[in-house]
Amino acid sequence: MSRREGRAWVFGDRIDTDLLAPGYAMKKGPEALAKHTLEAVDPDFAATVKPGDMVVAGDDFGIGSSREQAAISLKTLGVSAVIAKSFARIFYRNAINIGLPAVQLDPDGEISAGDQLSLDLEAGRLENRTTGHAFAVTPMPAHLMAMIEAGGLMAHLKARFQSSNSGSAP
Amino acid sequence: MPATLTEKILARAAGRDSVSPGEMITVSVDLAMAHDSSGPRRWKARLEALGVGLWDPERVVIVSDHYVPAVDADSAAILKLTREFARDYGVKNFFDMKGICHVILPEHGFARPGLFIAGGDSHSTNAGAFGCYAAGFGATDMTAIVATGETWTVVPETVRVEITGALTQGVAAKDVMLALCRDLGMGNHFKAIEYGGAAVRAMDMEQRTVFANMAAELGGETGIVEPDETTLAHIRAHGGQVEDAALTRWRSDPGCAYARTHTLDASALEPQIAAPHSPANAAPVSAHEGVAIDQAYIGACVGAKLSDLHMAAAVLKGRTVADSTRLLVAPASAKVTEAAAKDGTLAILTQAGAVMLPSGCGACAGLGAGLLAEGEVCLSSTNRNFQGRMGHKDAAVYLGSPYAVAAGAVAGRIADPRPYLAKNREAA
Repeated sequence: MSRREGRAWVFGDRIDTDLLAPGYAMKKGPEALAKHTLEAVDPDFAATVKPGDMVVAGDDFGIGSSREQAAISLKTLGVSAVIAKSFARIFYRNAINIGLPAVQLDPDGEISAGDQLSLDLEAGRLENRTTGHAFAVTPMPAHLMAMIEAGGLMAHLKARFQSSNSGSAP
Repeated sequence: MPATLTEKILARAAGRDSVSPGEMITVSVDLAMAHDSSGPRRWKARLEALGVGLWDPERVVIVSDHYVPAVDADSAAILKLTREFARDYGVKNFFDMKGICHVILPEHGFARPGLFIAGGDSHSTNAGAFGCYAAGFGATDMTAIVATGETWTVVPETVRVEITGALTQGVAAKDVMLALCRDLGMGNHFKAIEYGGAAVRAMDMEQRTVFANMAAELGGETGIVEPDETTLAHIRAHGGQVEDAALTRWRSDPGCAYARTHTLDASALEPQIAAPHSPANAAPVSAHEGVAIDQAYIGACVGAKLSDLHMAAAVLKGRTVADSTRLLVAPASAKVTEAAAKDGTLAILTQAGAVMLPSGCGACAGLGAGLLAEGEVCLSSTNRNFQGRMGHKDAAVYLGSPYAVAAGAVAGRIADPRPYLAKNREAA
């Protein structure tokens, strides 16, 4: 479960939330909105990305709005992880909360578009199978990893409410 | 150990004597705020799946400001769901088409020193101008918050921004903020940005919120200003309760540890313009003077409060918008519109040719009226100019202060606002 395989899609710095989930399409449901993911910088991305593929980027990935759809759209398209030099805080939390691994790593020019990547979150290792280059990835804290594996924060909350029975429906 | 204001608030919210940067803590939330795009629409199904209601409806504020007024059946359905949710879940603090959420909070005294405020919008940092911890969260985080009253955070390091001197005529908090976006960059992720100094102390609360608001553009987790008499007077005048003791309790200790301190001399600052597609592309107005604009926009939480409309009116008084451009004005709230009507500001704007738009996020978020065609250029008092945000992906958005936007509207091109103010002063 913690191992992910797919092709690399490489982007630059400051991939913001308006690029990931354009405002004009925000009224739409997740499937329809996902078709617009990154269209301003790569019109072919949403139509050709395959389940398992990974997004690789530079600094400030996900900067801007709190819109969780920025992360949901990537997950809806089957993106299995985002690897970036640095993440905006709200995007990072959103990604973990919905079960999309966000891995902070400087690709340092060692990943090109289309390279075959293999990511093992538990072992803390990212391998570029096309070039043979391997990166050490800071392993995700155990409780965040557990949250991702459980399917995100909602699954975690469900377990909490089932055990405590606190709160009440309207 | 001397602590920063942010550390003190987080320690209180975590029920601890002290906390240190880097620690992961669980905190109690004092106030949860969300709007029609990020709130009930995203919470309802999740809360139903969990079989729970709100942890405390009294501590939840819901504001319909993104899809207002509805422009089609989809946006109307979002607003209807939001209204019904507020009714069914007992949310009395529901503001339907009364203005932008970040402006609504201080208008009702909700933002107070020492609180932990969680908002379902990235500019929720805005409330930090009142000396509280205020940060933005996504919809699943917010669902957990409104269901449990708790969340987790990693205690941030604080960056201190010292704004010395005094702003000169025609230069506003917005200009300072654009210069800071350039100087500090947008990568201050997971950091608290604390603003202080003589120039901040001299400002009213509306202008101070510009700093807290645009902490988001610095990448900051929160933006915060230590409370003073101006803060307390504003809260009390807007129905909020606050003790005098807040002034001594909610401030950073002498000798506390900052990640870094950055100083900016307000006296030497010129009007700034940020070029497409980033607020960090800021430069003195002279660098972009003469760029022809198709639209001038005064709107958003950061750029259409009463003081912002006053700045625009100071330039527009007795002048008209150039034939080659259009000026759109969306006051930040119903109260702002009411006050601007009463003091004559609206008449100055409309006589100059401004087209008035509803209060809401509208054009700034690419949702309402006032969007841009391919190849069009807009000069805007908003906080973000990301590619495609205000309409077509090949439109260009420049950011400036309300003074600069008004001057651009009159000139039909980007212009230094200061000569316009000088001439109006001579005429007065």
